[in-house]
Amino acid sequence: MSKEVAPPLTMKEIIKSFIEDWVVIPAKILVRNKKALAGFIITLGYIIMAVVGPHIIPYPKNYTCPIYLPPTLFKWPPSLAHPLGCDYFGADIWSEIVWGAPSILQIAFTAGFITTIVGITVGMVAGFLGGKVDAGLMTATDIVMVIPGLPLLIVLSTVIRSTNPFVIGAILSVTAWAGLARSIRSQVLSLRNREFIEAARALGLPTRHIVFREIMPNIMSYIAINFIFATTGAIYSSVGLYFLGMLPFSTVNWGIMLNWAYTQGALSSLSTIHYILAPIIAIVGFQTGLILFSYAIDEMFNPRLRTEV
Amino acid sequence: MRWFIKRAISAFLTVYVAVTITFFVVRSMPGNPIQALAMALVQQLYMPYDTALRIAEAATPFVPKGPIWEQYFRYMYNFFRGNLGYSISYSTGVPVTQLLASAIPWTVLVVATSLVISFGLGILIGMLMAYKHGSKFDSVLAVTFSIIRSIPAYVIALIFLIIFAFQLNLFPTGGAYSVQPSFSFQFMADVLWHAALPIITWVFINFGGWALSMRGSTISVLGEDYIAYAQARGLPSRRIVVTYVGKNAILPIFTQFMLSLGFMFGGSIFIEYIFGYPGVGYMLYQAITKRDWFLMLGAFDIIVIAVAIGTFLADMLYGFLDPRVRRGGEVGR
Repeated sequence: MSKEVAPPLTMKEIIKSFIEDWVVIPAKILVRNKKALAGFIITLGYIIMAVVGPHIIPYPKNYTCPIYLPPTLFKWPPSLAHPLGCDYFGADIWSEIVWGAPSILQIAFTAGFITTIVGITVGMVAGFLGGKVDAGLMTATDIVMVIPGLPLLIVLSTVIRSTNPFVIGAILSVTAWAGLARSIRSQVLSLRNREFIEAARALGLPTRHIVFREIMPNIMSYIAINFIFATTGAIYSSVGLYFLGMLPFSTVNWGIMLNWAYTQGALSSLSTIHYILAPIIAIVGFQTGLILFSYAIDEMFNPRLRTEV
Repeated sequence: MRWFIKRAISAFLTVYVAVTITFFVVRSMPGNPIQALAMALVQQLYMPYDTALRIAEAATPFVPKGPIWEQYFRYMYNFFRGNLGYSISYSTGVPVTQLLASAIPWTVLVVATSLVISFGLGILIGMLMAYKHGSKFDSVLAVTFSIIRSIPAYVIALIFLIIFAFQLNLFPTGGAYSVQPSFSFQFMADVLWHAALPIITWVFINFGGWALSMRGSTISVLGEDYIAYAQARGLPSRRIVVTYVGKNAILPIFTQFMLSLGFMFGGSIFIEYIFGYPGVGYMLYQAITKRDWFLMLGAFDIIVIAVAIGTFLADMLYGFLDPRVRRGGEVGR
């Protein structure tokens, strides 16, 4: 058998295949999958709002607009003066929503990222090494799963009092990784004895290669979907902790708006209801965007489905 | 039997370690119960801080003394004798077990009722979706449910509170009952009326998730050979749906069912806070804001034990219900 050596790739080809893999194919998948396209646009909109918004929209100041002014966007003629109306303290609700976005998004993505990394590492090591390491790690996982997550987060956030979104994101991951670690472990266990892994072992390939080149691609779509679930879970708990008034804060955010609206009694009357509906719609919209986007993830990361594009 | 003993020991150890961890985390919280109680008095009754502090100092005998290790061993010793200590600042001097005993029934009432309703509803809808899978009906419901599942519980609770309590006046806005407690029909009806909104909220949050699990499980069962064989034998379709598909599809979900009871106990903080419902979650919230260490630990312990027992029962029931496992197979997880 003649041995064919592939010519080394030029820089141009590398960039071309990178764009093909990470831009062209995902774009094609998105165009075909309407649900995921909608989710992608919504998520992108939130990210743009968080990154660009605070530079355009002025910071919400108290006593700058009439108390409980109804949304001007929905009355006739519509105006952009105070599109979502004003709150109990006479601050513009739309600018509160915009200024609240960065910290929530930072917390959510940090927590999603750390949760996923810890979950993968623990699950992979336990499933791959087995034996005593596996037993030890799974006992730790069991213990974390038994401790009530939300109350523990409340207590932890009073112990580590921080307004830094990345620290809060890290705190939220403390209880969240366990479920993911368990399911990654069982995925690795079912892959470990498959032929292609045994073949790689027989060839004497290093563990690093087996883990990153053979096992990872097989569970990549699972990991990506769980990253999204970890992110939505972090939004759930961070906004919830702000809502309960359990986290210290430096700038306004959606959870604090919920807390203010709830404690000021904005629920009881239709004339004040826009105050509590605004953060609710912001949260639900972001969650919906992420969940809809997750519908394309299986196609994007699963090599078997990708070939169909 | 050997499996049973091993499993019981590991459940016991899990509880022990979890209680230890929560003890040290809770005890490292900043602030102390006396100050927290004084602050609460200042905020609620507008009294001067000095007066409030003097009143709050009545709780001093119940604040644990001595080095933290000594406190820990004393706490664990009492814990295993069923004594969870005395409340410091929430309800000074009352045994924690007594306070928890007054809160647990409310949470169990709401959580258990809503779990049964949402599970039953989810199973039915999930099977229906699986039978029609690929149809418009199925895909619309699947997307709707996965979105609903990601909406935070407190958001749903707030929306329901606005619509059903404040706007339509159908249900009360808070509390667990409004007539004198007695064994009368009137009291029972009043309790249900107050529990209705929390239950509806839980059901709304959870039934979609159960439906999605059941859908997945049913679809995989429908692909099995024994279903095709049962159909080929000409068995009545009702019997196939109930005993062949239903039973086998519910089995894997049943473990989740046992587990979620414990998790809902922990998650009840939001719903009980919003509806002002006097259950374990609301008590835990109060204990945290007032830094009532023993009450906090007691509530944590109850949840930890509930989850551990739920997991244990789930494993046992799984072995009992699944004939493949029952007849001597290994119980894998």
